[in-house]
Amino acid sequence: MNIVDRRLNPRGKALENRQRFLRRAKGVVQQAVKQSLQSRNIRDVLDGGEVSIPLDGMEEPSLRRGSGGTHDRVLPGNKTFIEGDVLPRSGGGGGGTPEKAGEGDGEDAFRFVLTREEFLNVFLDDLELPDLAKRRLTETEHESPVRAGYSVSGSPANIAVNRTTRLAMMRRMALRRPNPEAIARLEAEIAACEEDGLRLVLEDKVKALEAKVRRIPYIDPVDVRYRRYENEPKPVAQAVMFCLMDVSSSMTEHMKDLAKRFYMLLYIFLSRRYRHVELVFIRHTDRAEEVDEETFFHSPATGGTLVSSALEAMRSVIAKRYSPEDWNIYAAQASDGDNSYSDEAATERLLTEAILPVSQYFAYLEVGDADRGSSSQSALWKLYDKLRTEGAPLSIRRVGHRGEIFPVFRELFQRGQGRERVAS
Amino acid sequence: MSVAPMERLFDGADWNFATLQRIHDACEQIALGELGLDVYPNQIEVITAEQMLDAYSSTGMPLFYKHWSFGKHFAHHEALYRKGLRDLAYEIVINSSPCVSYLMEENTATMQTLVIAHAAFGHNHFFKNNYLFKTWTDAEGILDYLDFAKGYIARCEERYGQVAVERTLDAAHALMSHGVHRHPGKSKLDLRQEEQRERDRRAHEEQIFNDLWRTVPAGPSKSISNISLERRRTALGLPQDNLLYFLEKSAPRLHAWQREILRIVRQIAQYFHPQRQTKVMNEGTATYVHYRIMTRLHELGAISDGNFLEFLRSHSNVVFQPAYDDPRFPGFNPYALGFAMMQDIERIVTAPEQEDREWFPEIAGSGDAMAVLRDVWANYRDESFISQFLSPHLMRQMRVFSLCDDPAQTEGVVISAIHDERGYRRIRRQLAREYDVSWTDPNIEIVDVDLAGDRRLLLRHSVVNGCLLQDKAAAQVLQSIADLWSYDVRLQEVDSLETVLKEHVASPRAMVRAA
Repeated sequence: MNIVDRRLNPRGKALENRQRFLRRAKGVVQQAVKQSLQSRNIRDVLDGGEVSIPLDGMEEPSLRRGSGGTHDRVLPGNKTFIEGDVLPRSGGGGGGTPEKAGEGDGEDAFRFVLTREEFLNVFLDDLELPDLAKRRLTETEHESPVRAGYSVSGSPANIAVNRTTRLAMMRRMALRRPNPEAIARLEAEIAACEEDGLRLVLEDKVKALEAKVRRIPYIDPVDVRYRRYENEPKPVAQAVMFCLMDVSSSMTEHMKDLAKRFYMLLYIFLSRRYRHVELVFIRHTDRAEEVDEETFFHSPATGGTLVSSALEAMRSVIAKRYSPEDWNIYAAQASDGDNSYSDEAATERLLTEAILPVSQYFAYLEVGDADRGSSSQSALWKLYDKLRTEGAPLSIRRVGHRGEIFPVFRELFQRGQGRERVAS
Repeated sequence: MSVAPMERLFDGADWNFATLQRIHDACEQIALGELGLDVYPNQIEVITAEQMLDAYSSTGMPLFYKHWSFGKHFAHHEALYRKGLRDLAYEIVINSSPCVSYLMEENTATMQTLVIAHAAFGHNHFFKNNYLFKTWTDAEGILDYLDFAKGYIARCEERYGQVAVERTLDAAHALMSHGVHRHPGKSKLDLRQEEQRERDRRAHEEQIFNDLWRTVPAGPSKSISNISLERRRTALGLPQDNLLYFLEKSAPRLHAWQREILRIVRQIAQYFHPQRQTKVMNEGTATYVHYRIMTRLHELGAISDGNFLEFLRSHSNVVFQPAYDDPRFPGFNPYALGFAMMQDIERIVTAPEQEDREWFPEIAGSGDAMAVLRDVWANYRDESFISQFLSPHLMRQMRVFSLCDDPAQTEGVVISAIHDERGYRRIRRQLAREYDVSWTDPNIEIVDVDLAGDRRLLLRHSVVNGCLLQDKAAAQVLQSIADLWSYDVRLQEVDSLETVLKEHVASPRAMVRAA
């Protein structure tokens, strides 16, 4: 008998069949994903999840008999029947007829679980980060060698001398290889020695030591180490996405929630769609700070509102880390539209002079109350709208209800469409 | 029965490979020594839950060609499993030599013992000795053949595109239930040769290829229209109930690779055909064997009382047969029915009553239960097994009854027989018939085609008891037949008086013709 442990076999043997199935079911799966999105939190988008699809075009038909005609059946568990009894058909109480076990209708809807990856694939299928092509150099990646520890084989040019000698010394000490000084000392003793017997003993000792020296080499092939390099892909086209958000007290929880949802989508979208995109989160009240993702979404802050502070922070981050020559810069800002009057000029100046010239794209999302009157225009909206009509690369949208987030998001990032359109 | 008391095989639930080896050896000792089983060499493979799901979706075989339908099944099983609606099988066993049994890594040591006894000895013996498997399957060759099939289909996909191959496979799968030879007419199946034959055919084609033939002007074709209908049919081997075989051999416009794909699907259908006909016997045998082995192991002290109770618990789950009015009732449980019948045979052989002597004069009281059972396992299939060996005693025990649902009977469903003197034989005949695959599958034959004329293919469904085909599915299957045949196809549903009850017609789709 053989026992084989198959658990270590590569996983995902069914993956290819699954992909074929999804490809075949693409249309209906997309429909199902859209439907399931309406009822679910955006946060859950990250989880993928179960969808139910109709089996159109997915049946595996075979020639079977239908339910018509005369049927005979043998069943176990008779309790009261005797031959010749007549049982009324379906639903006729008193024990009733045995249920016709789901013929056909069991397969009408087919439920299965999409992984997160698959779900996002379907979900973001026709979205694209706008204008990445413009400054993109090439799709290919550089590979450059990066130090990656030591190895026991390699080219002589890569010998790691320090490591090799250290190992050699460890080995010499462990094997008690006599050092030359010890031998020299003995030789001196022999020279100074006058008694024959003692000298013979000493000479023997020296001989033994010298033999040991010959046996234990100074550097053994097992000591030799080489510097190891690994090729690491270096992105050529790279993009950075700035997420700016107003977290001042004028933003209600509802607005923050909307903004968070928008960024969540953005985050999913970016982390899914482009491999070489970095994210920078800047939140601001009357002063701005760069924070990590967790703080950005979940940590409370209060204060006044100075939009220019965020733009200023963004500018300094760009100057420090993302030079426009090497990076495609994208920004998305979410705010309730409030800005202190005195700040307007500074905001405009920063935008037109520092931010917009280096940005590929700047999206502004104005979040409002669910029941807001649509006519009133906020200070920021007016400013951005003016800049936009002057030809700046700006997209501005308003969102009042969480149901609108996704359509707006799609609109902003729809593949192959002009970006200079305003939804009012 | 002179086996010395055994060492305890394991304690608790944990196991390792040494434990498995000990368990296997102990089971083997009992299976071969006491029960006299004859098995293929065993190969035991330990797998994870995901791999078990994998195996589920590709009909249990360790390697299979790629097709979307397997992905669909996988997704479905996985969803059920994730939600906890369904447990996975403890084991899957493959009719091959060596006989491969998959064991789940989650199983406890007791479960592994049960599974090894069940699959590696019960099923294994049945595969090796049952006449159907001997006639129709080639245990040595199957894995190699599947490997060939997988490679061949992958190469076809490279050469002719995934879509074309997928369409051919879809069509072939739809006809799988009608792609088997039901009567052994030819020499024994040798799957190893299949692969060689395919290679030879290709080599031969390449050798005799001469482009000149294309340029030779074709003379007026010989008139064959006056051949009689009778001769035409004989020449094509009609009527033919193996639809896949007929299409493979005679469809006028199939490419060579499409024929080979039909052949592959047909061979695989043929390989599984015996399993369809022996569900009750196969599971009954395995259940009976594991019950005997486990009991014996416990008697010999190789399994502790606690572990034996654990075994009994899962054993009784396996052989649980809910009554017809139970919401859990799925039909007859093949494990339960098979096991009960095997035990009943054991009872008849060793301690018969007067009734048994009348019903089973050959075996009643003959004393050696294992000899009788081994003979039964070797020479019967479900249908013949039930019609021979379902005893009145067991029918009473299971309280079986028979229903007749006739639409003409407007008052309702009639109880046509119960477990009494008048009913035994009728119930037994009826139940046996339910396990007769050639009775439960609709009988569909290709009856005529005029290759020289309009080439329309005529199929005929001989309707029994007024049961017509499922409309939607029939239309879809007919469509795929038309796609393969490349000309119109007509299916008539005919009752015993030759009246046509219904007619389906399908024309080939343009896309496939172009492909």
